[in-house]
Amino acid sequence: MSELIAIRRKIRMQAISIGFAVAPFGAAFGALCTEAGLGTWEALGFSSFVFGGSSQFAAVTVLAEGGTIIAAVVAGLLLNLRSLAFGVVMAPSLQGSLLWRALTSQLMIDEATAVGSSQDSHDLRRYGYLWAGLSVFVLWNFMTWVGVALLSGTGTLIEDLGIDATIPAAFLGLVWPKLSSKDHRILAGVGVVLAFILVPFVPPGIPVIAAASAVLFFRPWREKNDHE
Amino acid sequence: MIMSNAVVVIISLAAGTYVLKSFGPLFLANERALPFWLKRFATLIPTPLLAALVMTSAVTNDDQFVFDARIAGVVAAIIALSKRVPFVFVVIIAAAATALWRLLIG
Repeated sequence: MSELIAIRRKIRMQAISIGFAVAPFGAAFGALCTEAGLGTWEALGFSSFVFGGSSQFAAVTVLAEGGTIIAAVVAGLLLNLRSLAFGVVMAPSLQGSLLWRALTSQLMIDEATAVGSSQDSHDLRRYGYLWAGLSVFVLWNFMTWVGVALLSGTGTLIEDLGIDATIPAAFLGLVWPKLSSKDHRILAGVGVVLAFILVPFVPPGIPVIAAASAVLFFRPWREKNDHE
Repeated sequence: MIMSNAVVVIISLAAGTYVLKSFGPLFLANERALPFWLKRFATLIPTPLLAALVMTSAVTNDDQFVFDARIAGVVAAIIALSKRVPFVFVVIIAAAATALWRLLIG
């Protein structure tokens, strides 16, 4: 029992750390919105209703560059296609009433899926998903507001502090425990290679979805499977 | 009332994104209804997905490769993880390594 408490504490720490890792990008988004001529409520509208970091940056950048509404929406949606894959991955762990599932779906982002899916049981996956999702949601929106209010025009602060390296480090920390298994090392390697090859040719967001097809090497549709 | 372009984008993008986000939880949450192969996909997929996210967040900006000081952060994170450093410090070490690299080397 105390072991479960310790695991949950570890998950909460992961969730809060990843929230703080992405928070500065919320501020950068707020600053971008101001520079693009958007108001506070529009910036917060993106951060709470769309709630998908890279898609928010893409949509506002398209708008700022004078792109059409349709171009902005399509750019954002392409980046969020991976939330569809995440939802399928996380669905078995997200049991609950229809209303509960409808509400918590809003948290279906990279970080929530990353923390959730790296846990071992359905309960802990749900726990990690909710904690990471809420942690990022709260910090992301707060920092969007901070960015609009204070940070417009501060330029390279994120790069100067090395904060842009915290995101790959956080994802690496989450996948690391899985790499003790040879099969998962192969999966990770094939995934990286697939995504790497595609980066120059397809819109952002797509390489990550394509990486998931690495699992086809393990033929998961077979009834009996040697790889576990 | 005339809505600004931004508000139209927010509403359309939020609605479309929510459909993508909620499809799995709304229609596939009943685990017993899922075929075994889908469950197997669900256990295997996070690994290549996370690994690809490491790569894209480390060496790309938008649709282009950008190899910069973030790589120093990732290398520092690999070393920290292999020394069993706790998650939160791995993240901090990565930021410090990247910041230091930019300060010293550019």
